[in-house]
Amino acid sequence: MSRELTQAEALREALCEEMRADKQIFIMGEDVGPHGGIFTVTKGMFDEFGGERVRDTPISEAGFVGAALGAAIIGGRPIAELMFGDFAAVAMDQLVNQIAKARYMSGGKVKAPLVVRLTIGARGSTAAQHSQSPHAWFMHTPGLYVAVPSTPADCKGLLKTAIRNDNPVVFCEHKKLYFVKGQVPDGDYMTPFGVADIKRQGKHATVVAISIMVNKALAVADKLAREGIELEVIDPRTLVPMDWETIFKSVRKTGRLVVMDEGCFTGSVAAEIASKVSKECFDYLDAPVERVCATDTPIPFSPPLEEFVIPQEDDLEKAVRSILVGAACA
Amino acid sequence: MNREMKIGLLETMLKIRKAELQLAVMFKNGKIPSGAHLYEGEEAIAAGVCANLRTDDQITSTHRGHGHCIAKGMEPRRMMAEVCAKSTGCCSGKGGTMHMFDPSIGVMGTIGIVGGGMPIATGLGLAAKLQGTDRVAVSFFGDGASNNGAFHESLNMASLWKLPVIYVCENNQFATSVSVKRSTPIEDISVRAIGYGMSGVTVDGNKVDETYAAAADAVARARRGDGPTLIECKTYRIRGHFEGDDAIYRSKEEVQAARERDPIEYWKNVLLGDGTISEQDFIDLNEKIEQLIAQAAQFADESSYPTPEDALKLCGGNPSLLVK
Ligand SMILES: Cc1ncc(C[n+]2csc(CCOP(=O)(O)OP(=O)(O)O)c2C)c(N)n1
Ligand SMILES: [Mg+2]
Repeated sequence: MSRELTQAEALREALCEEMRADKQIFIMGEDVGPHGGIFTVTKGMFDEFGGERVRDTPISEAGFVGAALGAAIIGGRPIAELMFGDFAAVAMDQLVNQIAKARYMSGGKVKAPLVVRLTIGARGSTAAQHSQSPHAWFMHTPGLYVAVPSTPADCKGLLKTAIRNDNPVVFCEHKKLYFVKGQVPDGDYMTPFGVADIKRQGKHATVVAISIMVNKALAVADKLAREGIELEVIDPRTLVPMDWETIFKSVRKTGRLVVMDEGCFTGSVAAEIASKVSKECFDYLDAPVERVCATDTPIPFSPPLEEFVIPQEDDLEKAVRSILVGAACA
Repeated sequence: MNREMKIGLLETMLKIRKAELQLAVMFKNGKIPSGAHLYEGEEAIAAGVCANLRTDDQITSTHRGHGHCIAKGMEPRRMMAEVCAKSTGCCSGKGGTMHMFDPSIGVMGTIGIVGGGMPIATGLGLAAKLQGTDRVAVSFFGDGASNNGAFHESLNMASLWKLPVIYVCENNQFATSVSVKRSTPIEDISVRAIGYGMSGVTVDGNKVDETYAAAADAVARARRGDGPTLIECKTYRIRGHFEGDDAIYRSKEEVQAARERDPIEYWKNVLLGDGTISEQDFIDLNEKIEQLIAQAAQFADESSYPTPEDALKLCGGNPSLLVK
């Protein structure tokens, strides 16, 4: 059985169920308390769990993200909410030098079972300092797990897995998806890390799409299907660990790959996927791997500029057509 | 303060107020693509502080920075066009409401990251000193920002190096939904200056004569080479955190009480009382500024958006990789 929930509701359900089951779990972040979080994820949780477990912090990102680590290495299971992923930059020492490395540096003597929830993506012209998609920063930091869910069901299932994981997880939620609804299974379930979801089967080209780009890729796949072009759309769901085998298998079948990501082009998650696929699927590729990413610019404020910078369905369609030139379907 | 200066303060506050209220209307009418953090009720801080500054003195500001830009001399139409995302805005529509710059008048960035402007202002002060000028820098920031590491690191360096920087904390009682009482375990944020061996003072941020006097002291100290000052201005954020925030986390009575301490009413009454202006003078001034802001709004509204490809201009790095 399932119900329709928004992403925000699905995340809240995961948080509440886990917090009821494990008293060591607590949440801290800005405006998460009585206000319920600026994207409503913790709405009502202050009333149920109280201010000790749903804790408003001062605007002290390095402080409370680091405090999450301190609590985690002594048996707590903290969840730190960073509001905008852009603010992770303020807490970067704790994330990169401390949280990611604690377990490794200690020779396994400590572990860091914590989750840092943050938002990614452009929404409503919040401009250069509130619109970034910085998940590549975390993928580039050994020791961090990175989740990038695209559906309410995956939000719930992956967040539960993140909370029960004994390693630090950076959980990247797209701002434009908070109030988008989807079917969410009833009851307690976990979505495993490192298992991609093949959203649509196809034989002409593979599209690996990240977070909200999954929706754009599915729309393009629908459109092209009417012309007989069949895209296989894969949502990796977690970047670390990445389900490489599913991606390789798909590309070996289709012979073509486009990676679509809202992170900017250079040094991106898409670059990493393109690189690995180019090596592992070299003999099967019928065209160079294409990347559809944000431009290598900060995110501009003005709507026509923002729209230009962010990867759109048209951009994906163009990329797909460019690698299908001369193909049997085209 | 001479007559001209007194009227100047009133004029600046009215400009800011009317620009912000106009932006609130434009927001409602869908003319602003983002949210907007408005400064209504806090005008006496920007006006009083900036009245002490020369054009070559510099400021950094925050997400709530429209008022600082105007007080530092930005034409309202440039500010408003930027907020409306137009190519005629002070940053050609790239920066927006939270990120405004105009170095020609010393606006060195209103910054969307809380606390982010404070180290920058510290560096502006450092440069002024190294360059052998008597320029000063002012950092405007909120009560919320005073709990960020950037605040503490900035104050310590500025005091250690005797930098010509004035840190102006706008304690408007809230950081988004969180009352300062729930974020900060002290009554007066200005006492934090003691820990860094620098001057600190708390003033009524709704009284422009108080903010002016405190800033006059601090600017003189900075220009003499005697180092930084922390000025805490107590005020109240009348509106929601941003337009569209209904601010249900506080009582209507509390907001109403704050409205009654309106900084413009206060200063207008002082000037009427001491004979600086007549009722008619006020009406005339009010009308003049209303017109200025109406024209600015029209300019913002009628200006065009930048063209999409403008997004690729002005970015460092490797332009060959600016795909699209
Ligand atoms: C580093 C960082 N953390 C959080 C935010 C989100 N945020 C924007 S404004 C704000 C509240 C700021 O409060 P304060 O400093 O008192 O300024 P005010 O809004 O009251 O003028 C918060 C939490 C941010 N922009 N940057
Ligand atoms: Mg404040």
